[in-house]
Amino acid sequence: MPPLVSLFLKRLLGALPVLAIVLVGSFLLLEAASGDAVDAYVARSGALDAEQMTQLRQEWGLDKGPVYRFKAYASALATGDLGWSTAFERPVASVILERLPITLLLMVLATALAFLFGSLLGVIAGARPGSVRDRFLSIASLAVYAVPGFWLGLVLIVIFAVDLRWLPIGGIESIASGKAGLARLADIAAHLVLPVTSLATVYLALYLRLMRDRMSEIWHEPFVQALRARGLGRSRIVWRHIARNAVLPVVTMLGLQAAAMLGGSVVVESVFAIPGFGRLAAEAVARRDTPLLLGIILCSAVTVIFANLLVDLAYGRLDPRVRTGR
Amino acid sequence: MSRIIFNRRAFLASTASAAAMASLGRSGWATEAAPVKGGRLVVAGDSEPANLNPAIVASNGVFFVASKVIEPLAEQAYEGKDGLSPRLATSWEGSADGLTATFKLREGVTWHDGKPFTSADVAFSALEVWKKLQNLGRVVFKNLERVETPDEQTAILKFSQPTPFQLIRNALPVVTSVVPKHIYEGTDIAKNPANQQLVGTGPFKFGEYKPGEYYLLKRNDAYWQKDEPLLDEIVYQFLPDRAAAGNALEAEQIQLAAFSAVPLADLDRISKVPGLKVYANGYEGLTYQLIVEINHRRKELADIRVRQALAHAIDHDFVVKTIFLGYAKSSSGPVPAYDKTFFEPDVTKYDFDPAKAEALLDEAGYKRGADGNRFTLKLLPAPFFNETKQFGDYLRQALAKVGIDAQIVSNDTPAHLKAVYTDHAFDITVATPVYRSDPAISMTILFESGLPAGVPFSNQYGYANAEIDKLIKDAASTIDADKRAGLYKELQKKVADDLPLINVAEFSFITVARDTVQNVSDNPRWAVSNWSNVWLKQ
Repeated sequence: MPPLVSLFLKRLLGALPVLAIVLVGSFLLLEAASGDAVDAYVARSGALDAEQMTQLRQEWGLDKGPVYRFKAYASALATGDLGWSTAFERPVASVILERLPITLLLMVLATALAFLFGSLLGVIAGARPGSVRDRFLSIASLAVYAVPGFWLGLVLIVIFAVDLRWLPIGGIESIASGKAGLARLADIAAHLVLPVTSLATVYLALYLRLMRDRMSEIWHEPFVQALRARGLGRSRIVWRHIARNAVLPVVTMLGLQAAAMLGGSVVVESVFAIPGFGRLAAEAVARRDTPLLLGIILCSAVTVIFANLLVDLAYGRLDPRVRTGR
Repeated sequence: MSRIIFNRRAFLASTASAAAMASLGRSGWATEAAPVKGGRLVVAGDSEPANLNPAIVASNGVFFVASKVIEPLAEQAYEGKDGLSPRLATSWEGSADGLTATFKLREGVTWHDGKPFTSADVAFSALEVWKKLQNLGRVVFKNLERVETPDEQTAILKFSQPTPFQLIRNALPVVTSVVPKHIYEGTDIAKNPANQQLVGTGPFKFGEYKPGEYYLLKRNDAYWQKDEPLLDEIVYQFLPDRAAAGNALEAEQIQLAAFSAVPLADLDRISKVPGLKVYANGYEGLTYQLIVEINHRRKELADIRVRQALAHAIDHDFVVKTIFLGYAKSSSGPVPAYDKTFFEPDVTKYDFDPAKAEALLDEAGYKRGADGNRFTLKLLPAPFFNETKQFGDYLRQALAKVGIDAQIVSNDTPAHLKAVYTDHAFDITVATPVYRSDPAISMTILFESGLPAGVPFSNQYGYANAEIDKLIKDAASTIDADKRAGLYKELQKKVADDLPLINVAEFSFITVARDTVQNVSDNPRWAVSNWSNVWLKQ
């Protein structure tokens, strides 16, 4: 087994107790919410008579107690079966697989963008703490950080999609356009510009501030003074020594933010009508679709574990001191 | 904010907007130019039902898409015999004893897979789908025993008990979507894949469904109506955000938003955008009633004087003007004024009169206490519409003025349904039952006693009135149309006197469309009709 895979499996195994707790907790929460999947279904389909409702409850197993249902869910899960979605009348796995790639794409792009520009601008600000550049970037990042992602999304839509009409207003690609290959890629890219920007901007500001603050601290460390005393060039000190040290907390934050970004994508996906994971989760709750919600939570947890694994590996790359911990 | 800086079109429009103002009423669908064929109509999608088969799930969300693919025997019309226009049936007749209903079917109709449409399809749909599986058909076709098919173009429905033909006729557009026998026979009908990949006789074929993105319908070249449909494609694009439909219309990324996808609060702004039209008609057949449901198990509310006091405390005018911004009408009973056959205008009315309300409450023995309150009520506003929540807030204030402390309990939809219709854990609610062309379809269950707990949108109010029950029972088997209408008029008078619930307003939806879209709102169920004559002006 390749070391990366075995490491991932080891992590997953270690996370099993946490996953179990999360699953039981979410199940109980949804159980505590008043009204079940049949109530939710009735609200959408007009009306049903008592007999039909009883029938539907039997069919979806809702006539059984919660203990029975959780046991049934857990034993199916042990065989790799994520269950049946009552809202979509399809296996949960197929519903999730349809949406996961889109959300992952959104998250990866937003994270990459936020990290790249955030740390880059952070270096620019932190290269000369207290300079005009630094002050401007610090204030601007603070302002951006205070803006909620969905609001930014709405504003971007009004400006770039409604008034200027440069970009599409929502969706992941043009509807049944028959585009293929590069044209389709370009189409998807155009659709992603606004959502990725609004998701990334808030995190960009966060990374900028982290980078900049850490750099301004490192400037005072003795080793920097030693380097200066040896006559090293300023840009070499900034890039090779200070930035490299300062990027470590940013990378840590990257792993921590993976979960938060999944949360943020719920809102952004709704605003931009993107058929992703977040919107699916909101729908699963509204329609009391317990198996679907649990499936989403499981998948998200695995994604976050994987993201943190990547962060740890990157950490090892950047900092020789932690390269051993395998 | 940004609008002022960036919107160059709005600036240009400010001088010309008077001409482009909302066209309300029927003038909106007068067509001057000759229809043009072709083009794609993109509309704001509503919901993505797991089961899209209108023969099984007769709901607006399903009809919005499916009515273009699968057709009923007849559709509602502003003009025409019985207020209907023929679709798959060309004529219909009920026998005097109420045991037979005969339909002549259209010739030369084929299913989308090329097979011919015959009376066997109607017989199969009626017996196996409408009667057994359909939410509303189970009521209307309860006593359907068999369907005779003497030839391919005749279907004769035979009932075991007298069933008013008036009811069948009124229900035709909603309950008689015909599905192909050759696809459903011998399968588990409720689970058939054709419930998603629809096969019908309609002007459009089911094209593609991308979950979370869109439905795509494509023109049916073999449609029985000559020269129709006019459009090549209809796309339903899902826009979950409330502001999205308005923005998408402005940006010309969609051309039509039905079912009030553009919220009332945005209408004023949107109606001033050049190139957009607002239609307040075309939903008469789907009229909603804004009502206050009452739990008669509460001893205070079991007193008629208290219920009258509640009715006198509500200012209908305020509700219509401030909450519905004028897109609603005050109502006095459970039948909307639009339904000329059944509507009874001459009923007891309760004017807005807080002083009278206070007097009634005093008389009932509920005097104001030291804190100014008479008693406390648990108020559950249904979360279905913005307006139901707003009316809940208004009701709380209106009742406070007469000394009743209404405590608002907010729930999401499933929790609300369970609390009200299963657990009866409420004192009063704000609800929106829908009136579906005949009182027997979904109106009488609001008043009928003895229904099992858990049935949504029904009398779960602990209300029982033998006189009202008798009227409902009698009307259900009265064949003579005038006599039957008379019984329902009597029923309206009775419920206005006894106030099992309080009717406040009737409302429906709004359509916003680009002015290039022609023939919008030309029948009373337009959004859920087949759109075969809709076309796009170049």
